[in-house]
Amino acid sequence: MALVRERLRRTMMFVPGNNPGLMRDAHIFGADSLMFDLEDSVKATEKDAARFLVYHALTTIDYGGVEKVVRVNPLSSGHGRADIEAMVKAGADVIRLPKSETAEDVVEADRLIGEFEEKYGLQKGSVGMMAAIESGLGIINAYEIASASPRLIGMAIGAEDYVADLKTTRSPEGFELSFARGMIINAARAAGIAALDTVYSDVNNEEGFKNEVRLIKQLGFDGKSVINPRQIRPVIEIYTPSEKEINHALGVIGAIREANEKGLGVIAYNGKMVDKPVVDRAERILMLAKAAGIPLAGTDGGGKE
Amino acid sequence: MELVKTAAAGTLESSDVMVTLGPGNAGIEIELTSTVEKQFGKQIRKVVEETVCKANVKNVRIQLNDRGALDCTIRARVEAALYRAAGSTDYKWGE
Repeated sequence: MALVRERLRRTMMFVPGNNPGLMRDAHIFGADSLMFDLEDSVKATEKDAARFLVYHALTTIDYGGVEKVVRVNPLSSGHGRADIEAMVKAGADVIRLPKSETAEDVVEADRLIGEFEEKYGLQKGSVGMMAAIESGLGIINAYEIASASPRLIGMAIGAEDYVADLKTTRSPEGFELSFARGMIINAARAAGIAALDTVYSDVNNEEGFKNEVRLIKQLGFDGKSVINPRQIRPVIEIYTPSEKEINHALGVIGAIREANEKGLGVIAYNGKMVDKPVVDRAERILMLAKAAGIPLAGTDGGGKE
Repeated sequence: MELVKTAAAGTLESSDVMVTLGPGNAGIEIELTSTVEKQFGKQIRKVVEETVCKANVKNVRIQLNDRGALDCTIRARVEAALYRAAGSTDYKWGE
């Protein structure tokens, strides 16, 4: 198992760690990542039982190509160390640290993961990490946290705790999260890792949910944490490129190929210069289209000057 | 592992199993109630015995109220109850 840094993370679905019924079928709903939760969804008296349950689920159930993330308890809670040991041994792809506030939080977890990789004979550096930011201090330290470990594949904002820390509440428009979202996306991009948005708790408000997904997509987020399988399809739909975007992306890639074959240095497509950001965007659009199951063959793939 | 008290783990929710166990004196004594006993009773007992043997427990009385749990869930609940009954947090992962 090797660390997979770059992959689609449009949806990361929460799976409560002490609920075997949800754990069994969690991968069939089309989420890119599953986040097994040992933290807030598990009562203090059931932390051990949830740890055994997630351990045995991960070592037994074939979740296919879905990324397996486990949210462990904070190291300060007294459960975090045992959680990390069990989940490293169980083969989790990513350990998600809750309530990260400083780079030291990440460094300490990184050290522990390394210790258990060695103990269980895993390739050093093969287990990834995500940091969830849930406080004002964490937001202020966002870049420091994002760049604290080569294991980090992404960072996320946990809005419920964050707004409580700010002494406010969540609004449908999400004004109170503007600064935090801006910090997270910029810190993540500066560190070269993914940015994941927070959950939207009102499962019955589909329009409100879609508006929030459109907003975070426009801000640049890779995807969103979801708490119900019903929230997966709308995210995928919003993240799926339009036919026009796909055709343009295919044209850009075709133009690059043609220019390379002819040995041309400066490349143009539809009268506009194609530089690196244009190519990067085209590649991402084609990746999203492919992930959404859109057949790419037969569309306009030729380069145009 | 030495059991020192009676302990339980699990729930009566669908796909789960409620395990109650404690020290015994006649090997592994299993009392099973299951919604799928006819089809899977033998397999459930086998999984329970394997899990108990792996934990190196010789004498134990176990009651299971099964609601269609997968083998991995049965293992998890039995192990959680064993560690609780032993009062131990010295977890041995993957042994």
